[in-house]
This record gives sequence, structure tokens and C-alpha cells, in this order.
Amino acid sequence: MTTATEPVTVRGPVTAPPSAARIARARAALELRLYVRARQAMVFSFLYPIIMLVIFGSISIDDTVAGDVTYVQYFTAGIAATGIILNTFQQLGIRIANERDAGELARLQALGTPAISYLAGKAAQVLVTTASQLAILVVVARYAFDVPFPVDAAHWMTFVWVALLGTLAGTVLGFAVSLLPKSAKNADTVIVPIALVLQFFSGVFFVYSDLPGWMQTIASVFPLKWLTQGMRSVFLPDAAASAEVAGGWEHGRTVLVLAAWIVVGIAVCARSFRWRRVS
Amino acid sequence: MPAIEISALRKTYDGRVVVHDLDLTIEAGECFALLGPNGAGKTTTVEILEGFRSRDGGTVTVLGRDPARADRRWRSRIGVVAQTTGAALDLSVAEAVRHFGAYHASPRPTDELIEAVGLTEKANTRIVDLSGGQRRRLDVALGVQGRPELLFLDEPTTGLDPQGRRQLWELVTKLRADGTTILLTTHYLDEAARLSDRVGAIARGRLLEVAPTAEFGGELRDGATVRWRTGGLVHEVATRTPTAVVRQLLAETPDDEVEDLEIRRPTLEDIYLKLIAAADNGDADNGGGDAAHGETGRPAGETEPPSEPELPRQPRAITRSRS
Repeated sequence: MTTATEPVTVRGPVTAPPSAARIARARAALELRLYVRARQAMVFSFLYPIIMLVIFGSISIDDTVAGDVTYVQYFTAGIAATGIILNTFQQLGIRIANERDAGELARLQALGTPAISYLAGKAAQVLVTTASQLAILVVVARYAFDVPFPVDAAHWMTFVWVALLGTLAGTVLGFAVSLLPKSAKNADTVIVPIALVLQFFSGVFFVYSDLPGWMQTIASVFPLKWLTQGMRSVFLPDAAASAEVAGGWEHGRTVLVLAAWIVVGIAVCARSFRWRRVS
Repeated sequence: MPAIEISALRKTYDGRVVVHDLDLTIEAGECFALLGPNGAGKTTTVEILEGFRSRDGGTVTVLGRDPARADRRWRSRIGVVAQTTGAALDLSVAEAVRHFGAYHASPRPTDELIEAVGLTEKANTRIVDLSGGQRRRLDVALGVQGRPELLFLDEPTTGLDPQGRRQLWELVTKLRADGTTILLTTHYLDEAARLSDRVGAIARGRLLEVAPTAEFGGELRDGATVRWRTGGLVHEVATRTPTAVVRQLLAETPDDEVEDLEIRRPTLEDIYLKLIAAADNGDADNGGGDAAHGETGRPAGETEPPSEPELPRQPRAITRSRS
């Protein structure tokens, strides 16, 4: 038979392994599928801002706050920013810590997965889910609580770059914060309080300019405060800018702070990203 | 060219030497079984070979490269079935196998692979609903999916039922026949006897002995025990010449049936236990030879492996429903 004469030594993968881009595409599809199947992520990061909007909007629909806008209008900006942070920083941080603890990352390492493919898969999942979340949020705010859409193309553009920059910062910081918990068991208890406290300090539930100075000072170090402010510049009338603590929207500074956090996040990941649990 | 060459490998943790100047060569196409109690340095050694752990001394070459400087192409040539890997619990078996196919240049066909590890009936079951043994089979499937030249099998059958073990043995035998080099670590010595060409026993970071499976133990395996019964009395004779003992026995009882007559050769397990015991007594090199004769009546045919087999770590649930 022919099999007897065939060289038996030619075997195994003689061609190069698939490109990082191809694995990233497979990972993106996988991450989205897993996100949809994960009830915790669905409730605590995808639906949370929408549920909060409905609750807080229903409670205080007619209140007017600083800048002569309705509370629900102010809150829409804040909860949109919160959604981004929860869906990136919180959801990713917990999930990556879990994946590391369960040995899923060790398997990826064993398969020679490029770290960039893993990151790209997560980023794609986060972009798609955050965009969907914001779309739903804007529509609910508009039709249930009369919060106007961004008034013109310039405001829509601001919406896009604030959301993108926030998503990027939240994503790399999610990777970084996943290194903090020693095991998956305390991933929630380490990561959730950070996101929760920042919500109170950053002008989500309470009007930022009404907060005590020390809270404002702490919040202004972190991304969420700048995201909420950026979102207010999208959803609030331009006249409301004068009610901000700085007397304006501070777009330049917002870009700087978020960019700085992106650099910090990338630096931490590049230095200390781990595929394996610390044993 | 050998698949694995290790020379004077040393690893220390906090000043404690866990791998002690280890030398070992594994030829391409060979199935090598590495035996040793928990904490002997097995997993550390294997993880250094896989490129997951750094070493403190010695040289290591795996498939022609130093694993400490592994690249993707090198990694695509090795397969790893570790005890520490998990898979997303919310995926079905088929989804997971299909997904990981994307990581390989020429993955084995999904259905064929699932069939080979005996998970066809569970193909559409979510991993979270699989038993520990079924997850182990999935680990094996994902480890061989990329048709590796060299496969690291770390306790592949722990947690499997007897049928699952046999199925896995068949798969490993097939991989061997295809020319895959296999480094097997196992607690089950019958598994090592069945699958491996050579066996190495490691304890306290040192290789006690490396030998072809059929010769493992050297003098330790020369001894035999002839056993028979007369009424309620069990006779046992430890000897190097069992045939002579039996011949004499038969001469003494030319007409009768000798009750429960058996000649028992030391199993791999007996030899291994003696080696480890000798190592624990601190004279690993020359403590063995006579022990085969001195010790009687400890054969204990059906004993469990020396240490409690560890169950594979159950990956913790990633998602929790709100309670």
C-alpha cells in the first residue's frame, strides 16, 4: 500500500500558527457569546445604568439642579459615564481575575496565544456591549424622561470621543485591576467598592458642584469624574457649563486625564500581566 | 535528535532546592513516564520544560530550543495537558473545541477529536455541567488538537472512571503510533507500565532511576514470590529462582493439585515503592538490591497508589446567578 512508502516523519504543524489577528477575531466572537451568557455581567454592568436611570428618573423627574437642568438630565450624563466604567473596569477586572484563577488564561498561554489577541477580544466585546448599552440608555432617557438627544453633530462627536476614550481607559484599567485580587474569591470585594465609591464622588448620583471639596479633589484624580463631565457636555445645554466647578467643560483636561490613565494602565499591564495565578 | 535534553537542571524556591542537578534525555517518538510522590519536583520540572517556569541552573533543550526563550512557532509544536488549565464554563464541549481550533494551523477535525476522547454524547453539554472526568477528557482533547510533536500529559487520567482511562490509553497509544513524543506524569503505575517505553522515578528533586519500563528497578525486579496453600496455611517463598522452587514443590506433591499456586513478580508499583522508600531512608543508590528478598508478605496486590490521587482542580464558576 502507499502508506508504507509515505514519509512518516512529516507531521505536526509544518505551517506557521494562525496570525494574532485571526485569533483576536475568534476571541471577540467568543467573548461576546460568553458575555451574553453571563447573567452577572448582564445585570451588574449592562442593565445597571438603564435600571438606575428608570429608578432615579422616576423618583425625581421634575427637580432642577445646578445649571438649570432637570435632575434626570444631569443623572443621564452621570449614569452613561458609570455604565462605561462598570462595563469595562469592573466587569473586565472581575472577569479576567476569574479567568486567571480558573486556569483559562494558563490554557491560552499554553496554546501560545498572543496577549494582544486576548486584549483585542476583550476590547471588541467591551466596545460592542458599551455601544449597545449607551444606545439603549439614550433612547430610554429621550422617550421616558424627555432628556433631549445631543443637539447637533458636534455634540454627537463629543459623545463618541468621550465614550471611546472612557472605554479605552476603562479597558486597560480593567486589565490592570485584575492583578490586584489574590484570587477570584475576592475579585468582587476588591473591585466593586472602587467603582461604587467613585460613583458617589464623581457626580453621578449627586451634583458634583454640591459635593464637599475633599470629595471633588479625590474624584478629580480618577477617570469617572472626567467622563461624567464629558457626558454632561453632551447632554446638558451649553449654558450649564458655567455651573461646573471650573466654569466650563474642560475638554482638553478631560482628554489629558483619560490619556494619562490609559498610559498608566498599559504600563502596568506591560510590566505585570500574568497568565497564571500567583502560587 | 532527542526531543528533550536536560543537563544539570536546578530549581530552587526560597533557597530550597526542589530540582537537584537533573539529567535526562528523551528521544523523539518515545513515551516517557515520570513518576514521583507529590512535591517531588515532577510538575516543576515539567513546567520548566513547557517554558512556564524559569530555572536556576543547567541547560534545557526542548525540540531544539531553550523553552525559556519559547516563541509561538515552538509552542505550536508542543501540546500541554496540565492540571491547572480551565475552560469557559458557559461553553459547550463542541463550542470550546471549535473555538480553540482557531489557534492551530491544522487542527484535528472537531467531531473526530470529540469522538476520540469519548465526549460525543456530551458535545452539546455546557462544560459547567460536565463531571470532573469529562472535563479532564476535554483538557486532553484541547491538548492534542494542534497535532503536537511533543505532548506533556500531566496526570491525564486522574478522576476518570475505568472505562474513561482505557479510552484515554487507546488515544495515547494511537498518538504514540503516530510518532508523538510523550512525557507522561502519573500516579498510576499500571498506566506507566502500559503506555511508556521508559520510566523515571523522581523524589526530592533527584532522579532515582531511569530505565526501560521492562527493566525498571534492576535487581529489585529479580525477586519473585512463590505462594501456595495447604489447607488453612499459606506458604510464601521469596526467591530469585522461582522455577526451582516450583519444581521442588511439584516433586513433593506429584499427584495432588497445589492449591492457589502462584508466582508473583514485583510490579512496577512494588519497585517504585521500594525505590521511594529507599530514597526516604537516604540511601537511594544502593539500598535496593537485597530489599526484594528481605521484605516478605507486603505485596498487597490491589493497593491504591502511594499517595491519595489529587482530583483535578475544579475551575470555579465564573458567573454566578444572584441568590
